[in-house]
Amino acid sequence: MRTLSLPPWTWPLAVLVIAFGVVPFIASGYVFDALLIPFLALSLAAVGLNLLTGYAGQLSLGTAAFMAVGAFAAYNFNLRVEGLPLLASIGLAGLAATAVGLVFGLPSLRLRGFYLAVSTLAAQFFVQWALTKFGWFSNDSASGVIDAPALEVAGIVFDTPVGRYIFSLSIVTVLTLLAWRLVRTQAGHHFIAVRDNELAARVIGVPVLRTKLLAFAVSSFIVGVAGVLWGFVYLRTVEPAGFNLDRSFQILFIVIIGGLATIRGAFFGAALIVVFPLLLSRAGSFLFGGRFDSGVLDMSQRIVLGALIIFFLAVEPRGLAALWDRARRRFSPA
Amino acid sequence: MDAGDLSFFAEVLIGGLLSGVMYSLVAIGFVLIYKTSGVLNFAQGAQLLFAALTFVSLVERGVPFAFALALTFALMVLLGLTIERAVLRPLVNQPPITLFMATLGLSYVIEGVAQLVWGTQVHALELGIADEPLQFLGIMVSTFDLFAAVTAGVMVALLSAFFRYTRVGLAFRAVADDTYAAIAVGLRLPRIWATVWAAAGVIALVAGLLWGARLGVQFSLSLVVLKALPVLVLGGFDSILGAIVGGLVIGALEKLAEVYIGPFVGGGIESWFAYVAALAFLLIRPSGLFGQKLVERA
Amino acid sequence: MSFIKHLKTAALAVTLAASGLQLAHADANEQFFPLQSYRVGPYAAGGTGFFGGFIDYLNLVNTRDGGVGGVKLTWEEGETQYEVERGVEVYERLKQRPGIATWNPLSVGIAYALIDRVTADKVPLLTINHGRTDTTDGRVFKYIFPLLLNPYSETSGIVNYIAGKEGGADKLKGKKIVVLYHGSPYGKETIPIYELLAKKYGFTLQQIEVPHPGNEQQSQWLAIRRAKPDYVVLRGWGVMNPVALKTAQKTGFPVDHIVGNVWSNSEEDVIPAGDAAKGYVAITTVAAGAQYPVLQEITKTVYGAGKGNLQDPKRIGSVYHNLGVLNGILNVEAIRIAQARFGKRTLTGDEVRWGLENLKIDEARAAALGAKGLFHSINVTWDNHEGDGRVAFQQWDGSKWNVVSDWIAPDWKLLRPIIEKSSLAYAKEKNLKVRKSIDD
Repeated sequence: MRTLSLPPWTWPLAVLVIAFGVVPFIASGYVFDALLIPFLALSLAAVGLNLLTGYAGQLSLGTAAFMAVGAFAAYNFNLRVEGLPLLASIGLAGLAATAVGLVFGLPSLRLRGFYLAVSTLAAQFFVQWALTKFGWFSNDSASGVIDAPALEVAGIVFDTPVGRYIFSLSIVTVLTLLAWRLVRTQAGHHFIAVRDNELAARVIGVPVLRTKLLAFAVSSFIVGVAGVLWGFVYLRTVEPAGFNLDRSFQILFIVIIGGLATIRGAFFGAALIVVFPLLLSRAGSFLFGGRFDSGVLDMSQRIVLGALIIFFLAVEPRGLAALWDRARRRFSPA
Repeated sequence: MDAGDLSFFAEVLIGGLLSGVMYSLVAIGFVLIYKTSGVLNFAQGAQLLFAALTFVSLVERGVPFAFALALTFALMVLLGLTIERAVLRPLVNQPPITLFMATLGLSYVIEGVAQLVWGTQVHALELGIADEPLQFLGIMVSTFDLFAAVTAGVMVALLSAFFRYTRVGLAFRAVADDTYAAIAVGLRLPRIWATVWAAAGVIALVAGLLWGARLGVQFSLSLVVLKALPVLVLGGFDSILGAIVGGLVIGALEKLAEVYIGPFVGGGIESWFAYVAALAFLLIRPSGLFGQKLVERA
Repeated sequence: MSFIKHLKTAALAVTLAASGLQLAHADANEQFFPLQSYRVGPYAAGGTGFFGGFIDYLNLVNTRDGGVGGVKLTWEEGETQYEVERGVEVYERLKQRPGIATWNPLSVGIAYALIDRVTADKVPLLTINHGRTDTTDGRVFKYIFPLLLNPYSETSGIVNYIAGKEGGADKLKGKKIVVLYHGSPYGKETIPIYELLAKKYGFTLQQIEVPHPGNEQQSQWLAIRRAKPDYVVLRGWGVMNPVALKTAQKTGFPVDHIVGNVWSNSEEDVIPAGDAAKGYVAITTVAAGAQYPVLQEITKTVYGAGKGNLQDPKRIGSVYHNLGVLNGILNVEAIRIAQARFGKRTLTGDEVRWGLENLKIDEARAAALGAKGLFHSINVTWDNHEGDGRVAFQQWDGSKWNVVSDWIAPDWKLLRPIIEKSSLAYAKEKNLKVRKSIDD
């Protein structure tokens, strides 16, 4: 019996169709500004981190620092270079993040595992310090907080919730596609080889040095652009405090819960991290209402989130993506 | 360099060394667990907070000092055992990064429970030591820091004796050395791990009390764990001696850098100096001062 | 993948969309306060105090007076943990509610993120005692109100107090002051003003940074010991404050020569330092203590009926609690003033803005509101959104704050040109029009 099997790109295509074609018409401003846009920014950051940590096996705890570099760089390029189109600023910002990523990625040539992770923490703290210390980065504003510029591409201004959503969605789609393709090239296979057994990879002729640096470079670029989205499109202000260690951990959570070494895992994880706390606090106030103050609700939420993370790691260490695959296989034809 | 400059330098140095001892206290808890089960327990900071908060809340409710101490001690042991049973055992064969993430989730849970039960207020923790500055040869030293250093020293001595002279200690070392061999000779792994976690809980208690007395007991207490990581990097994740030496080095370097180099870049470099210093050191010696294994798995 | 996934994605989209729909029940007799509060996280102690006080006052007005002009005051809290993106999320979620009076986030980061949003949505944003200094200029920032005190005024107030202690502004010449500031934009905001005042009065100035979060201040205080200043100004936040006091004791600096700023002035800042904090002085715009008539009323009417917001009634009268109560007083008075013009009904954000721009409470009115001695006065105009608040200084005696100075006026005339320079630059950068009158 012939079984109908759909080409592998059906799903992503369907999701894109819904994302571009359906959601803009049915979602409210709140959903765009408070749910979908942060979801997109965090997903992109997670895609970037996944390339580095999931595929290439280089643990990084400094993701937020690279996001910060992206956001501040974009702001400065946009501000100081007359007439530079916004997309060019974003691209250059990504390159700036790449440069910083390469600097802090160089130790990966000598360090592995947790030692490397600790060195990425050095990036995290140093970048935060530098961005706060040197007023030049924030155009010497007395407060060190900068306002994002208007989002304008080729004359179209994206200043409505839907507009901002489409803007982010387009950027995320393009970069995710590129990441997806990268993973399927030889460079992508080299990533996995280096992750699984660096010595063996070297023996069979994988250029380990170049592979690691490429992983840092591409990952930092994507994470830098995600930082621009986070600062320019979502918050519309940029301050170094928002790119702190908690943020780095948050992205790492997303990657791990969503599924290491999967592209779609980034989106599953981000959805959980963004939506879940809100749903939980709504459910909490619905069930318990005014009896408990928001502090109690929030603590409970923290506990549940932490417990969920442990639970996921114990039950399905390969993340939501693997859970999804299992569910899918159960329901699919034949 | 005149006498004033010299004594100032000495003050900064000694202050730094004593701060470093405080960092080592936290790092030792990490080392204990890492040595025997390969887990980097990020929740150590949360355990510290929980211990300090419990103790201070009991004392504020009128429980006598010694009894509160004993009660908190018992609670920390219980917490350690629970963690080992409920979190670590189900995850026993996972890669280290997964275990690390689990301890991160665990830290969320412990912080949440601590504040849910005891509230989010700030508390003062008095251990009965007046922090009057002492003067030695024109150099000023803090009484409290000295006390902390002595406590840490005593604890390390006790631990070393424990590892060398008791059966349980020997069992720890065996497990740390070669897990499979340890199982082969009949050592009961789960029991040993449970004991290790309980012991780490106790170390968290001591560190929690000292840090709480230093900073006051509040949420940011759990952030001291971030100071312990460069110490671990420098000293090696699995060496207690390394934790101490690493702590001293990091503490001293950090303070000296802030005072002497800081002004040239506007100050505030303490936030990253320890990390960058550890990183620079690692590039020369990738497994730290005393660390034994090269941590390969990512 | 299967049909089920289609369904799941669609269901998720629908759920998301539906959860965004607000059931707006428009009640013509309610004025709503969305509260971006923080009751957890590192600053929870301050947050529970402030929002507790604010809610307590709103409850008092509802219970005792039946609301303002018959309009009941309502509120809803959204936990932000002091994080900017959560503050933004709460804003986006609650901004559709009808009858919003003002936004009161008590967070610099969140306030910054909201400036553009509230201006577009035409609802006032109050940043009592803090905020972006140039928002004092109401000609550019129509909807932002740094009530009572902005960072520059605070600086001037502190210097004036020190001058007073020394016997006069002329005695400042030759003295040495160290400013110990938190390593963040908030901490650095006043650096230029201290330099300006140092030049004006002739005192030597050194500004030392403490990296966030401020757990370790050994090196900084040793440097201070070496510099031997006459005074140290503490511009701290969170754990930096008690650690500063303890480290000062450790290094032998006399604690009664440390002057704290407005975010280093609460019980939560000194209690963890224990004995090291006795004698410490800090600036405030609102006095601590539960003896003021309005607080007595709250204790009796609100807590008596079991509707008090603070978990621990001993905290009534603490600095943050009183600040929250004062914030309530200012908000309600502005609404009252606006109602006198627009009618006793639910007001729009812009109408409340008008009320705020006419918010005048002199000492007599303050007494009538039960707040005599709690604060001095306020005089907001359309172009001065700070309102010329006065400051006093309190000293910690180990168990409570005692006021040790008169109400001191900052040097507003000196500061206004600097503020205007900054606000006009902002207006130019953002292409905003500069208002010429209250009706602009």
